[in-house]
Amino acid sequence: MMASVPLEHGLILSGILFALGLTGVLIRKNIVFMLMSVEIMLNAAGLAFVTAGARWNQPDGQIMFMFILAMAAAEVSVGLALVVQLYHSFKTLNADAASIMKG
Amino acid sequence: MLNLLVLIPALPLAGFILLALRGRQFPAAANAWIGTGSIGLSALFSIMVAINFVGNPPEGNVFIQTLWTWMQFDGNPVTLSFSLDSLSLIMILVITMVGFLIHLYSTEFMRNEEGYSRFFAFMNLFVGSMLILVLAGDFLLLYIGWEGVGLCSYLLIGFWYRDKDNGKAARKAFIVTRIGDVGMLIGIFLLFLHFETFNIQSVMQAAPKTWQIGSSLAILAAFLFLLGAIGKSAQVPLQVWLPDAMAGPTPVSALIHAATMVTAGVYLIARLHVLFEIAPVIQTMIAIIGAVTLLIAACSAMVQRDIKRVLAYSTISQIGYMFLALGVGAWSAAIFHFMTHAFFKALLFLAAGVVILAQNHEHDMFNMGGLRSLLPLPFVVFVIGAASLSALPLVTAGFYSKDFILLSAWYSPSGSALLWVAGIIGAFLTSIYAFRMVFITFFGVSKIPISHRPGFFMITPLIILAFFSIFGGYIELPETHHFSSFLSPVFGIPGEQPINGEGVLEFGASLVSLSGIFLALLFYVLRPEYAGAFREVPFFASLGTFWFSGWKFDALYDRLLVRPFFLIVRKSKNDFIDAVYTGIAYLNRAIHNNLVRTQTGNLRWYAMGITVGAVVFLGILLVR
Repeated sequence: MMASVPLEHGLILSGILFALGLTGVLIRKNIVFMLMSVEIMLNAAGLAFVTAGARWNQPDGQIMFMFILAMAAAEVSVGLALVVQLYHSFKTLNADAASIMKG
Repeated sequence: MLNLLVLIPALPLAGFILLALRGRQFPAAANAWIGTGSIGLSALFSIMVAINFVGNPPEGNVFIQTLWTWMQFDGNPVTLSFSLDSLSLIMILVITMVGFLIHLYSTEFMRNEEGYSRFFAFMNLFVGSMLILVLAGDFLLLYIGWEGVGLCSYLLIGFWYRDKDNGKAARKAFIVTRIGDVGMLIGIFLLFLHFETFNIQSVMQAAPKTWQIGSSLAILAAFLFLLGAIGKSAQVPLQVWLPDAMAGPTPVSALIHAATMVTAGVYLIARLHVLFEIAPVIQTMIAIIGAVTLLIAACSAMVQRDIKRVLAYSTISQIGYMFLALGVGAWSAAIFHFMTHAFFKALLFLAAGVVILAQNHEHDMFNMGGLRSLLPLPFVVFVIGAASLSALPLVTAGFYSKDFILLSAWYSPSGSALLWVAGIIGAFLTSIYAFRMVFITFFGVSKIPISHRPGFFMITPLIILAFFSIFGGYIELPETHHFSSFLSPVFGIPGEQPINGEGVLEFGASLVSLSGIFLALLFYVLRPEYAGAFREVPFFASLGTFWFSGWKFDALYDRLLVRPFFLIVRKSKNDFIDAVYTGIAYLNRAIHNNLVRTQTGNLRWYAMGITVGAVVFLGILLVR
């Protein structure tokens, strides 16, 4: 059996990735970058699953990652379509411009 | 065979449900078929039940069909049951047959109106409610029918709801009758409190044993029911809704005035006659109300210009006669007059509808004229109706019923010469206004060209009703009394009355009716200048306006009730109770205005919100 990466390292890495992604979503104005940040967050979560799966020698974590991958693909296709629509309507990629749903 | 009884009210109600749910998808012909057919079948079943009832009378002359126990009320079962005796038998026969003829007439009359299916749905519900009312075996079912009739009158008077005034007339009819209904409801509860049953028969059997004649509770109960009756039957002082009820289509007026609705009060008093017999004060009150109403309404009818308003006041006046009969204890005379009145009043309304349609929806009689040669058949039937209304001696049904009432008013123990005099003056006025209507509308020169000629469906009901308006009276000749002996199981056998001078009274009544007709002929055909001379005199002119406005009752109620009511409403709009509710509304609005600021519409704000929320909840989990 290969010397495995300790659980803590994997989880710390995924935590860092998740925080980076979240920061990106919060501070970026460009909608494309926000989408990319969401992808990073998804992959961080996936990494956490895989690490945990490796730790307990279970296939569940990897199966979960497959789900996340599929979901991410779907999300990207819908997200990009929305981006195109946003650009059509507002002639900009700035997410703050689309605030007409103000209460 | 008598078990068919339940179908009689059920068929019109089924017709109503079908038309109300699906009527709009059906073609007009199907609507007419369903609407008229359900009443027609109901009339057919009524005739079958009647033949069976007369040929093979059930035990005690009452047939009770119990459908199911409706509910338990303080341990007393309230059953849904129909009871049929000779009184309700006559009622259902008149209601279904006259109702059927009116429906048949409406298929043509309403042909080009919008809301054809709505019209027939309401008409069916109307007839169905009335049938429930007269067949009800207990007070609760009777009350359902009672209110159903009130609801339908509201719906049908306001049928042309796009005109604001029609809506007002509909509301007026509903609210004014409601005043009486409240009294009646309290009366029902009062009877339940004492006899612990809603069953009408049991109450009527128990009441004379429990209460002495003239005991205060009996008087109170009778008074409360009288309130309901005068509201529905448009008697003084609640008669104001009826002339305005003319806002509805003409067949509706015919149905309200002839077969249903207004006669409900007469039926109620006749049904509860035992209760009224132990409250002689209230019975005298009924007679006085009837006498006053018949005079007031007859005076108003004499000066109206709108042909339908003449008929409306005439209805009030004729129901006044029925109340007069009820008041002197001549129960079967009242029901007899109800029957003949249903025939000739339906006839007059339907014939007036022909005239109105032919004159391009003109209602003012003075704009009509000369229709005698243009519409010969409607002219003939209208004259028959008017003759029956004015009790033309010997040949018309109206003569026999009115004569019966007048004789009872004179001879009955509770009657008096004064009531007879009121009746005879009323008869005189009746023949004046009836033939005034005939002479103004059908004589003279034609002013408006004929725009619609009545077809088969409008003519047939007229002919049938005209037949009954003449021959319907022969079942109760002064010598034979078929009608009252048929009703005697319900009302008891009337004691032998002294007959001295009966012929003189009858002769007097006939003379009065004929002289009224002659006077109308003189004023409106032979010497029109006399009528003009009358109008020149200021006293008669102002009297005319006073009568025209219906004795200013509307203005009086407006001053006395409506305006103070609105004043109180306006004043109490800002009292402390209202302040609480406006305060709650204000608080909600303030919270809303603050919360709405968080909805910036900015995507990153929302993401931040989610993040902060997640951090907070995770923090709570970790700290705990």
